[in-house]
Amino acid sequence: MTTSDVTIEEAGIQAGRPLLEIRDLAISFKTGSGEVQAVRNAHLTIMPGETVAIVGESGSGKSTTALAAIGLLPGNGRVAGGQILLDGEDIAHASEKRMIELRGNIIGMVPQDPMSNLNPVWKIGDQVKETLKANGRPSGPDDVAKVLAQAGLPDAGRRAKQYPHEFSGGMRQRALIAIGLSCQPRLLIADEPTSALDVTVQRQILDHLEKMTDELGTSVLLITHDLGLAAERADKVVVMYRGNVVEAGPSLELLQNPQHPYTQRLVASAPSLASRRIQVAKELGVSTEEVLAPRGSAAVKPALTEDVLQIQNLRKVFKMRAGFGKSTDFTAVDDVSFNVKRGTTTAIVGESGSGKSTVAQMVLNLLEPTSGKIIFDGVDTSALNTKEIFAFRRRVQPIFQDPYGSLDPMYNIYRTIEEPLRVHKIGDKASREKKVRELLDQVSLPQSTMQRYPNELSGGQRQRVAIARALALDPEVIICDEAVSALDVLVQAQVLNLLAELQSRLGLTYLFITHDLAVVRQIADHVCVMEKGKLVETGSTDDVFEAPQRDYTKALLNAIPGARLMLPPEVA
Amino acid sequence: MIQFVLRRLLQVIPVFLGTTLLVYFMVFALPGDPIRALFGDRPPSEAVIAQLRQQYNLDEPFWVQYGLFLKNLFTFNLGVDFTGQPIADTLARVFPVTAMLAIEALIIQGVFGIAFGLVAGLRKGGFFDSTVLVLSLVVIAIPTFVLGFALQLLIGVQLGWAKPTVGSNVTWGSLLLPAVVLGLVSFAYVLRLTRASVIENMNADYVRTATAKGLARRQVVMTHVLRNSLIPVITYLGASLGALMGGAIVTEAIFNVPGVGQKLYQAILRSEGPTVVAIVSVLVLVFVLANLLVDLLYAWLDPRIRYEN
Amino acid sequence: MKTNRTSEHYVAPVEETPLLATDAVKVDDAPLSLWADAWRKLRRRPLFIISAIMITLIIVVAVFPGLFTQVAPDNGCELANSNGAPTEGHPLGFTFQGCDIYSRIIHGTQASLMVGVFSVISVLIIGVTLGALAGFFGGWVDTVIARLGDIFFALPIVLGALVLTQLPLMRENRGVGTVVLVLVVLGWPQMARITRGAVIEVRNADFVTAARSLGVSRIGSLVSHVLPNALAPIIVLATMELGVFIVAEATLSFLGIGMPGSVMSWGNDISAAQASIRTNPAVLLYPATALSITVLSFIMLGDALRDALDPKSRQR
Repeated sequence: MTTSDVTIEEAGIQAGRPLLEIRDLAISFKTGSGEVQAVRNAHLTIMPGETVAIVGESGSGKSTTALAAIGLLPGNGRVAGGQILLDGEDIAHASEKRMIELRGNIIGMVPQDPMSNLNPVWKIGDQVKETLKANGRPSGPDDVAKVLAQAGLPDAGRRAKQYPHEFSGGMRQRALIAIGLSCQPRLLIADEPTSALDVTVQRQILDHLEKMTDELGTSVLLITHDLGLAAERADKVVVMYRGNVVEAGPSLELLQNPQHPYTQRLVASAPSLASRRIQVAKELGVSTEEVLAPRGSAAVKPALTEDVLQIQNLRKVFKMRAGFGKSTDFTAVDDVSFNVKRGTTTAIVGESGSGKSTVAQMVLNLLEPTSGKIIFDGVDTSALNTKEIFAFRRRVQPIFQDPYGSLDPMYNIYRTIEEPLRVHKIGDKASREKKVRELLDQVSLPQSTMQRYPNELSGGQRQRVAIARALALDPEVIICDEAVSALDVLVQAQVLNLLAELQSRLGLTYLFITHDLAVVRQIADHVCVMEKGKLVETGSTDDVFEAPQRDYTKALLNAIPGARLMLPPEVA
Repeated sequence: MIQFVLRRLLQVIPVFLGTTLLVYFMVFALPGDPIRALFGDRPPSEAVIAQLRQQYNLDEPFWVQYGLFLKNLFTFNLGVDFTGQPIADTLARVFPVTAMLAIEALIIQGVFGIAFGLVAGLRKGGFFDSTVLVLSLVVIAIPTFVLGFALQLLIGVQLGWAKPTVGSNVTWGSLLLPAVVLGLVSFAYVLRLTRASVIENMNADYVRTATAKGLARRQVVMTHVLRNSLIPVITYLGASLGALMGGAIVTEAIFNVPGVGQKLYQAILRSEGPTVVAIVSVLVLVFVLANLLVDLLYAWLDPRIRYEN
Repeated sequence: MKTNRTSEHYVAPVEETPLLATDAVKVDDAPLSLWADAWRKLRRRPLFIISAIMITLIIVVAVFPGLFTQVAPDNGCELANSNGAPTEGHPLGFTFQGCDIYSRIIHGTQASLMVGVFSVISVLIIGVTLGALAGFFGGWVDTVIARLGDIFFALPIVLGALVLTQLPLMRENRGVGTVVLVLVVLGWPQMARITRGAVIEVRNADFVTAARSLGVSRIGSLVSHVLPNALAPIIVLATMELGVFIVAEATLSFLGIGMPGSVMSWGNDISAAQASIRTNPAVLLYPATALSITVLSFIMLGDALRDALDPKSRQR
């Protein structure tokens, strides 16, 4: 409580003083089992006009730290120690009245999820207008339209009269950016502002945000889980781990010369930077397959000639109800053909709405194609009878995206992994239990996990259970539908390594559905790029990454955060 | 929006037809002579029987009977009661009384339920919240007729604050006590629903974003929490009209209110089947239409609904 | 904006935040199923403890009324005792007919509870089956069941009961059976709606798709994966409805279209008490209190269950 008589504007003129300085910040939460420390000794400094990124995995305390800076900790959280200095004024324990003055005017926020951060019952324009009004700025329709237009929303005057559900995800995020910057704050807190969006949209929005904050001279506190994105967008990077700041420094320096073991681990696993890794290995004359194989194991690969899956002219048309009994056709998958060789990994890449998951559903025989063929091991799967489908299911197994949704919360891990054996009447009780133990070993989970329930496991552990379940029937093909997308970077790398190891040991074939090109680079031999239901490019991973033929593929590759950063090889 | 209104109207028609058909079927198409059955042990005079046979077209095939019944319903040609009085006339006399009672009860349960629920939800876990939560459970658990007798005895007879019975001279004031009794059970449900809804919305991301914009807490609550929380409450209020109608029968009987419910109750006591069926059909029509109105209100509150297919 | 400002490179001492193995599994503390977790939460709620004790007591009274009173509730009523004050052996006094109020309350428990239990069981069977089929299969099955539900739903319970009980068949066989039938016919759509909603929420979960691709049949996945996960709201509603049906029975009896006068039930006693309410409120007060406490117990139990089974409260 130092400068109650000095206003923020006056104080800001003093040069050389940080706009935001967080010192020894400690934040704790009241829970059922007492007070839990979420953040300890956090410190960071943001100079006027500077962009600083906090990087960390979920639960690292990065969002909590940022929320404390705008006084929005949840009800059970409190600042237990330290200072949050905004232009010299400690706002860690500022009154609610003071915080209301600061919010919007001096500190703006762009939240994470564009779907849930706009009130569904008010027009977009109203939600901009109330921001302007609350901060004492002109709030006529023209002012609202201007704010929206500045955030890159086309036809802003008309758009202002629409409701959030009439906006796409990217447009909602633009509206939220417009709201966050509408009163020209001096500090903008951007909490994972684009993590819910497709990469190409993400790129556009971040570019636009950068342009706007540059023009306004706004400082930005960027919260992200993506080290590549942080390094690309921020001047300084602060790495948080288990509630502590473990390393901080200029972004490029931090990437090139990580000192703390956690940062080193993070840099080594960041998928957005990993494209370097394979490239390096390749330059050294090592082929992709050997990089993927675990070190020391003699990778026995079956001959890479046989096509285990042939997709021919696949089409899927959904009927969409248009009211009053009318319906329109929506072609989700349009004339898609590709082959998958036994023992290899083929990735299908695309943004939301590209039809990639629909292809996966049809290959799994869960959805009937409108036309076209799926030939598995020489047999057309659409012609199978019930008994043959049952046999087919033993040979083709899925792993899904959401590790919280793919395991039945009512089943313990033993029952979950044993279910496929029971359904297919394989072995007796004792042999099934033995098999479950073996499978847990294979996915590196302790056998005692058997008695646990999914809600007691972390996301990565659940995903390993899902892999064990998929392996229970000794399948030949595994369809991974965004199997690692929901996981933290380090856990994601761990699961990808596990998948690669299992492939080389068991000769599995993977069909890998993902939106994340960075992951593709790490795991796939072949790539199929899909856009709006159509296959736009296929080829070996190396070819597609090094010499993309289509503009869409180029745009996708360009949009990978951190792709433009040049790192020296020794980093990886 | 117009498309939404049309679609909802189209959906109401089969529900209304189905429900009246159900009522009609139960009374007139099940085995046994409906006329004799409708009057139980006390056979009416031959003249009344003949008039009823004609009224309900019992000599025609079932579908014709039902069609004519619907036509009669919509033209308020509801037939005559045991004494030969046209039911439509009786209804026209008693309906306004029940409408007054229902409106008063709706205001009590709506306004007070929402206000109490809002305060409790905003102070979750506080003294007011805990007290109101327990009390609302108690109110829900006490049947309307018990509550009616208890309040009549306490306020009407022992304290003398209000007339224990309403009688023929119906005013808004004299209906207050019965309206409180009638509204109390739904009041508890509205309160609990509002509270839960407010708590959920207070944790919504867009409420946090609204705070981050620099809005004062009062503004956040009024513009972002309240309207969103009202959406499920409005739906419940529509559905609660059904309970209100059932409750009106009980309440009007206890407080001697000359309304639709009392007429219905008397008809039951006198085993006047045709009167019961006619009144119930009219009430179903009111209920279905009221819920249509609620749906439109819902669409006005929640723009997402209008576009849903 | 990339500035050229230089800033220092800070590294925290490793001892401060030692590195943990990525994604290690906790091997301590006992495994916890959803039900075990709910039970652990319930055990600590006073609301649950009180309601559980009350319900146990009510069930014992209903099954063994003889344990609580030796006085016959219906015969041996002497008009001399009409509206009599409490005397020794008759703690709550006498009704208009000169019967022992306490004894009548104890013996009336059975009828009320039976109506509640039988109605809820039947509503569960019909409502859950129809709701689950509608929610799981969607399409025309859903449309037919949902519209059918709407039709019954548009008939408020007391109004519907008025019509139903006018039927000759119902009028001639009045008793527990007819009251249950009325409540079930008018009460199933609510249960079907809740079940349908819960099933729709679960049916597209990845674990259901995973089960299907393991070779589990559609019906098999409904029974073994979807329904168990949709159970929480169904259990809560069933508990609450038990209370609601007991109130409904009493209301119908009060209106004279529920239990026949020969059956001893709280609703009938309250109805009969109307005549002497001004002179002897006790006649009304005691059975009404018994009824309210019973209903309150079930509603409190439902409320406690709702909190304990709420999936939101157990997200990690």
